[in-house]
Amino acid sequence: MTTSTPVVIESPDVPGKKVSAATAAKRKLTSPWASLAAIVIAVLWTLPTFGLLVSSFRPERAIKTTGWWTFFSDPKVTFENYEAVFDPDSINLADFFLNSIVIALPAVIIPLCLASLAAYAFAWMRFPGKNFLFIVIFALQIVPLQVTLIPLLTLYVDMGIANTFWTLWLSHSAFALPLAIYILHNFIKEVPASLIEAARMDGAGHVAIFFRVLLPLLTPALAAFGIFQFLWVWNDLLVSLTFAGSPEISPITVQLSNLSGTRGTAWHLLSAGAFVSILVPVTVFLLLQRYFVRGLLAGSVKG
Amino acid sequence: MFTTASTASDKLLQMFAAILLFAAVVGVILFIAGRFTGKRDPLVAYLYLTPVIIMLSVGLLYPGLRTIYESFFDAAGNTFIGIDNYTTIIGDAEQRTVLRNTAFWVLLTPFLATGVGLLYAILVDKARVESFAKALIFLPMSISFVAASVIWKFMYEYRPDQGNVKQIGLINQIIVWLGGKPVQLLIESPLNTFLLILVMIWIQAGFAMTVLSAAIKAIPDDIVEAARLDGVTPWGMFRFVTLPAIRPAVVVVLTTIAIGTLKVFDIVQTMTGGRFDTSVIANEFYSQSFRSANQGLGAALAVVLFILVIPIVVYNIRQLRRSEA
Repeated sequence: MTTSTPVVIESPDVPGKKVSAATAAKRKLTSPWASLAAIVIAVLWTLPTFGLLVSSFRPERAIKTTGWWTFFSDPKVTFENYEAVFDPDSINLADFFLNSIVIALPAVIIPLCLASLAAYAFAWMRFPGKNFLFIVIFALQIVPLQVTLIPLLTLYVDMGIANTFWTLWLSHSAFALPLAIYILHNFIKEVPASLIEAARMDGAGHVAIFFRVLLPLLTPALAAFGIFQFLWVWNDLLVSLTFAGSPEISPITVQLSNLSGTRGTAWHLLSAGAFVSILVPVTVFLLLQRYFVRGLLAGSVKG
Repeated sequence: MFTTASTASDKLLQMFAAILLFAAVVGVILFIAGRFTGKRDPLVAYLYLTPVIIMLSVGLLYPGLRTIYESFFDAAGNTFIGIDNYTTIIGDAEQRTVLRNTAFWVLLTPFLATGVGLLYAILVDKARVESFAKALIFLPMSISFVAASVIWKFMYEYRPDQGNVKQIGLINQIIVWLGGKPVQLLIESPLNTFLLILVMIWIQAGFAMTVLSAAIKAIPDDIVEAARLDGVTPWGMFRFVTLPAIRPAVVVVLTTIAIGTLKVFDIVQTMTGGRFDTSVIANEFYSQSFRSANQGLGAALAVVLFILVIPIVVYNIRQLRRSEA
């Protein structure tokens, strides 16, 4: 998120005061109206989430018979809904939560490792076919996942790894590689050639250059891609539904989606379940906003 | 190691094993690369690229080509039927609804999400609580489409209009407060499709806002100042200064959202499962491939999706290049 120093809006007549185009455009609506419009949008955007959040703390009977807005005139708070979604005999969300973590970590680390190598080769080595290969990999970014799913499923069955975490790790890694290589390559390319040359003069090989010179500089790019990929995998439904049908390996999104399909009116479970599932992404977002936005902008055509 | 892990410890063990395995692959490659000294760049480069080339060939290239091939076969994937699957997509009444819905999604979502995002970016620009105000709109972008769908399904919840039954969905409650009768919002077509589109707009507006806000802040101050000294009206400032300056960013945002919208599956799947005439291509692909066991048609739908994405991506990349130059 781009944070700017908060500036109190000055009156337009102050001579010599620099204003941005947006500030100037906003004055058409004169400040109070602009503020009101902003507040209306902000409320509209927040209210749906807020309503479900309030509901997740209301007793089942109350949720099913009255609207969540009555909570403020008749507040009853309970944690039973959260206890219910973690009940090992029914929704068992803890297991799916663990599955999500088990799926996501390798699905981030594997493409990061492999893409770093490839990005280094593309940025700092000369070899025949370099441009062609790079363009092909760049273009693969746009392949919709749908196109790959059925042949991949067949392939996994033939390999004997159907219904294991490997299907998800391998698929997510393969889907992530084009974007990872692209982001890391752009970043490595920016490293001044003099740094690399200096290391070479000192007798460092490719391995030493990569670890001692590039890796420390690469951290922001690795973080941006890592966070983007982590949330992408955490929030994914399509790939998981296709390869991870059985509850032993399916992530929290699949369980939440199933719940919405089979028990679409069990709002006490759906509300609590939804908030458990968004806990991780929202935390990541709040703590690592800057990297998150950078990764998001770079990865916007993925998938 | 390659079996279905069922206990928590098994899962974690398998996870670490997988990470170690790939770390070992990288280690071996680096070790071999370290043996090469001097000017043997090409060999080392190909070595570095080997795992990536293998994974992309097996994981993306082969499956993609295979799907194109299979789209010319029948439901079971045995008999070659030429372009029949494609004529079905264009001719069949049910598939036509799918195409119509997809068109609604792709035409409405980018413009409305970008419109809201741009308006909001301008409204909160340099406000005292700008970063907080932006975080509110951006938050939906970080959660899963599934969670977003559950949130909105609750908004659209319907309770029959009888006796003492009270509405628990906010939209229907507002309708009742205004004196109307509650509506089965997710069942009535084509209203339901527009309500699903609203969820996507809710998610994507934050993306549009973030990109456009950055573009607005990048406009040089002296241009704005010059226009102001010329006595340009605020509307004129927006129309002739802001908008031309951020045009490339607007185009990128529009196309990016359009691409994301074409591939939208989770929202339809979670909210209606594609029933009540709400299916779109990405969802229909899933239904045909996995529910109706019509592999050929599923493959053809995936190919159609791919074909629709290409022109938008090409346009997007060209604009990106131009705005970077």
